[in-house]
Amino acid sequence: MTGLDVVFVLVALFTAGAAVLTVTSKNLVHAALSLAATLAGTAGVFLVLHADFLALVQLVVNVGAVAVLFLFGLMLTRAPIGREALDSQNRGLGLAVAGGLFVLLSGLIIAAFGTTSVEQVTGASIEVIGIAIFADWVLPFELLSMLLLGALIGAIMLARRETGESGEEAMATRIDVGDTPTAEGGVRAELENTTPAGQLGAGGDR
Amino acid sequence: MSLVGPLILATFLFCVGIYGVIARRNAVLVLISVELMLNAVNINLVAFQNLLFPDELAVSGLMFALFIIGVAAAEVGVGLAIVFNMFRNRASVNVDDVDLMRW
Repeated sequence: MTGLDVVFVLVALFTAGAAVLTVTSKNLVHAALSLAATLAGTAGVFLVLHADFLALVQLVVNVGAVAVLFLFGLMLTRAPIGREALDSQNRGLGLAVAGGLFVLLSGLIIAAFGTTSVEQVTGASIEVIGIAIFADWVLPFELLSMLLLGALIGAIMLARRETGESGEEAMATRIDVGDTPTAEGGVRAELENTTPAGQLGAGGDR
Repeated sequence: MSLVGPLILATFLFCVGIYGVIARRNAVLVLISVELMLNAVNINLVAFQNLLFPDELAVSGLMFALFIIGVAAAEVGVGLAIVFNMFRNRASVNVDDVDLMRW
């Protein structure tokens, strides 16, 4: 067992614990923050596996953007807090399915890769990754950009409040701020602002 | 470094995600669990790439992980927009409340 294995076990324990907290936490905001911790732990796992670029991308995209997006979602939907409200009745079913699948997959993994071990972990350099993206993976890359654009427009269309095709805002969202300036007030302010040139010059000297 | 460790960790995260999808009622928490499962797959891909095939020039495992991160971000955006719509129409984000198709 090398030092890399020890570091990996520590990071993996952190990640697994944060993941369990994510699905068992009673507090919604705690669940979202645990998700951020899990994603950061995953970035740590990438670092241990010598995938530096992917770890940075994971930190920027998932920890930075997705976790904040989830926090927004939780706060905008004002969900009730409490385990009874958060968990449905089929917790036992979930435990059975997840546990059964974990045992099955772990057995398969140990049977297939139990003896596989690598002395030296090597990751692709960022130069190799860049060449690979723009040589071998150009078409998926451009497709992904189109997908992101479509998702952006679709999310805006889905989430904005609108009464009909006219694009007029719904009544509920119109915020009336008191003391809106009337037309007369606006004209008077404009008149007061137009000062003679002499006064302007004096103001400039001061 | 042994290959079993990352694979077992990825399996664990995936199963935790499955438990979350089944057991949680809040739609946002279900989306969070889906995000956990996608990350588990990323760990798998990176482990296979860097431990088993480190000399492949078209770094397929890393590329798939990158694309999965991008698609997951798009999925979260659209999914949250749908959840907001659901909340506006039903005043609830409980996945059990949206049962219009069950007659």
